[in-house]
Amino acid sequence: MADFTEEQIRRYSRHIILPELGGKGQKKISDAKVLCVGVGGLGSPNALYLSAAGVGTLGLIDMDRVDVSNLQRQIIHSTPDQEKLKVQSAKEKINALNPDVEVVTYTEKLSSKNVKEIVAKYDLVVDGCDNFATRYLVNDACFFAKKPNVYGSVFRFEGRATVFDPRSEASPCYRCLHPYPPPPGEVPTCHEAGVIGVLPGVIGVIQATEALKLIVGIGRLLVGRLLLYDALDMTFREVKVPKDPGCPLCSKHPKIKGLIDYEQFCSGV
Amino acid sequence: MAEKKHLDIKGEVCPYTFVKTKLALEGLSSGDVLEVVTDHKQAVTNVTRSCEAEGHDILSKEQLNENDWKLTIRKK
Repeated sequence: MADFTEEQIRRYSRHIILPELGGKGQKKISDAKVLCVGVGGLGSPNALYLSAAGVGTLGLIDMDRVDVSNLQRQIIHSTPDQEKLKVQSAKEKINALNPDVEVVTYTEKLSSKNVKEIVAKYDLVVDGCDNFATRYLVNDACFFAKKPNVYGSVFRFEGRATVFDPRSEASPCYRCLHPYPPPPGEVPTCHEAGVIGVLPGVIGVIQATEALKLIVGIGRLLVGRLLLYDALDMTFREVKVPKDPGCPLCSKHPKIKGLIDYEQFCSGV
Repeated sequence: MAEKKHLDIKGEVCPYTFVKTKLALEGLSSGDVLEVVTDHKQAVTNVTRSCEAEGHDILSKEQLNENDWKLTIRKK
């Protein structure tokens, strides 16, 4: 019998029963190391569900502290957590939910100086950040390190999710979709735009689902497909995202050969 | 050479009867045989059905005494 404790057999029984998972799939989840970039709206459901699923090591990176304005959507944090570091608040919830999960917290700002070393420690990255500088940095770092990057974003009533898997030749990267960030000031910031609180729940859970599928190696991933969710219409649409032969990063003749620190500005897209 | 393993899951109820049977089967090779002893009557039906759904063969179902049943399963 696989080396599960009696408690783990009970905790993960609904996974083990699934023909697609079994004890072997659950073992893969227990051995997995996932980095959550951002422990906000998207990071909350990601961290909670990946922890509940028994992901062995969960890295959390966020330099912010919990603010009352976060609580409308960032469900891993609670009212008494205000002023706490988000990674600390999240770590406490995860430890209470599932002591099997080893939580590693990072409070430094993600930059070209540290991203390579951090990403190297994980099997895959779930991007739940809220700004272009981090999003491009995570995309580029994952591309160079050949680590899957599960992308999600939210804006007003609309969410998007896809998977960039640089281990596959055919997979696009974020720069195939948006080659360069827009100039600062051209896009509305989070607090100008607003977001319906349930939206990051939907998109974050889609990201967590894709992360688990990547870990176990089952199903059809969102690679090359951008899922668009409209909460007002309650519709999902899917757009094909082919690899761009002229992509500045992942094409045969890349213009970008190293990590770039863009000016930090906030946006949901 | 096919192996024969024994699994005592007396005291377990559904769904853990199947969960433990499934984990034991995962540790075996194709063609190996697992004997499962249970005192949970419903498990005789449920474990049989779940094992068959995953493609394993139920070689026999045997009532050992008033409380216990033995299922003999061959791994697919």
